[in-house]
Amino acid sequence: MSMMSFEKKYRVRGGTLLGGDLFDFWMGPFYVGFFGITTLFFAVTGTALIFYGAALGDTWNIWRINIAPPDLSYGLGLAPLKEGGLWQIITICATGAFVSWILRQVEISRKLGMGLHVPFAFSFAVLAYVTLVIIRPVLLGAWGHGFPYGIMSHLDWVSNVGYQFLHFHYNPAHMLAVTFFFTTALALSMHGSLILMATNPRAGETVKTGEHENTYFRDDIGYSIGALGIHRLGTFVAISAAFWSAVCIVISGPFWTKGWPEWWNWWLTLPIWY
Amino acid sequence: MKTLTTKLFATVGLGTALLLGGCEMPPPESTQWGYRGTGMEGLYNPDRLDELAADNVMPEAIPAVPAVGPKAKDIYQNVQVLGDLSVGEFTRLMAAITQWVSPEEGCNYCHVAGEGFAADTLYTKKVARVMIQMTQNANENWSQHVGGAGVTCYTCHRGNNVPEYVWNINPGHKVAGGMKNQMQNVSSVAAGLASLPVDPFTPYLLDDRNGRHAGTTALRDEGGVSLKESEWGYSLMMHFSSALGVNCTYCHNSRAFFSWEESSPQRVRAWHGIRMVREMNNEYVDPTTDWLPPHRLGKLGDAQKVNCETCHQGAYKPLLGANMIKDYPNLAKLAQPEPEAPADEAEEMSEAAGGMADMTTGGDQ
Repeated sequence: MSMMSFEKKYRVRGGTLLGGDLFDFWMGPFYVGFFGITTLFFAVTGTALIFYGAALGDTWNIWRINIAPPDLSYGLGLAPLKEGGLWQIITICATGAFVSWILRQVEISRKLGMGLHVPFAFSFAVLAYVTLVIIRPVLLGAWGHGFPYGIMSHLDWVSNVGYQFLHFHYNPAHMLAVTFFFTTALALSMHGSLILMATNPRAGETVKTGEHENTYFRDDIGYSIGALGIHRLGTFVAISAAFWSAVCIVISGPFWTKGWPEWWNWWLTLPIWY
Repeated sequence: MKTLTTKLFATVGLGTALLLGGCEMPPPESTQWGYRGTGMEGLYNPDRLDELAADNVMPEAIPAVPAVGPKAKDIYQNVQVLGDLSVGEFTRLMAAITQWVSPEEGCNYCHVAGEGFAADTLYTKKVARVMIQMTQNANENWSQHVGGAGVTCYTCHRGNNVPEYVWNINPGHKVAGGMKNQMQNVSSVAAGLASLPVDPFTPYLLDDRNGRHAGTTALRDEGGVSLKESEWGYSLMMHFSSALGVNCTYCHNSRAFFSWEESSPQRVRAWHGIRMVREMNNEYVDPTTDWLPPHRLGKLGDAQKVNCETCHQGAYKPLLGANMIKDYPNLAKLAQPEPEAPADEAEEMSEAAGGMADMTTGGDQ
């Protein structure tokens, strides 16, 4: 992991949020910082607890390991370690690690004098997780509403929570989230392929530039969003996907207890046809 | 740019407000039906639970009378079903039925004044006779479904001549010329406003279609059911949900809908319920079709039939599990020639009431 000759000039002091100069150093290619230490602490602790939880369970089958949240009867209190308490501590560790990672991204951005777009965008992914295991359970009044930590078990949870509302595809925010996820994939694949077709020419051809890229899309669909624009669009659709995912689950239960098909009653009873 | 941003925020704000219109306020009441973390749970708006409790109050029972004295069949004529009741019990039951079914019209809903009680002039009296038998049959032979609480006329009627929630065979909606009516893909009231098939009742609650749709092999073996048939099943399940005010996870672990091992005991109760309702519709309701007046028939000329909502009316147990049969033991079993010890019978019923707490777990099954 040798350093490139020019990299050194970017390794500048300052920009930290916490810890001053104490953790302001690099280990190999990685910037450490106060939040690098906390990320490491939470990640190692949480992972160790997951192994402990798996050891308590009845299987080492990677698909079936399950660390479940407490029974609803514990409400927002602490549960015994083997009856959901482990899930609670792992949740704290996971949230701690994710938030530390955001703040580490902020410190690096500040060091380089850049905008905070990356930590801003990443925080939406964290928001979706925090919504599932903290915000929604708090609104519903019990930690037991969080999802279990396990590959199959969390999928089973997703399925059952969907069926708690009879037909989750009728959830309007879920519709938006799904649409944004697909749009994100579409936008990324179009952008990626455009860059490849411009910069990866056949043998003997020259690498094309932004003008070619713009012209391609103008010829194709009459409009090119442009080099900066495509990244704005990409950020928007990707963030929207995560945002509406969080919305679609936080409204299910705390703000709507009936089946989602029934929500559309307002549409069916519009005075136009009703 | 500034105005654009303002407009953008205004639009997003307005859109969000519209989207969240009709929201409920947290926290709802929640109840856990499965192992922790499986997501098998119910969420209820406390306001609607209050409404449900208010809508499901049992009327005061008429004070019991001793089962002694002359029998109804010896005093009255043309008593075909309840003839073995004592006159006192018989009169008490008639008064109760009046209170349950025709509180406004009184006795004259079934009996014509001046004609005497024996005449079968009115169709309503003939229907009442069949319905009494249906009720007795449900209590005696379908304890797997109604056991513990039992049913009376009030379970469905709630003071109405005809129960509020009944169904007829759905003739389908109007479609454009040349188009075939698919009997789905419109908002289906039966299916909780989803676009599932509009009439799940005829195949399952009148005909004896089986609800099993999942294949038993990874790849579809021959002879499976079509996608549309599966959707009939889903449509019926939506009806179950809205009729009982529960979601799918009340009976199923959705990771394997078909698996009885992973389902809750309530699913067994529902399985018996489907067969009970099917019998009610075929053995009791359908035979009345011939002598019902036209205004009691559906568009296809069929009698108004029973489904889950007829009794449940939005509650997981009709009248929230109140024991309805203990005060009216005469409805607990099909009319017997010699009801020897009615006092013991009453005692037996109150024991059944004690077992009611097991209903949710199906422990008594």
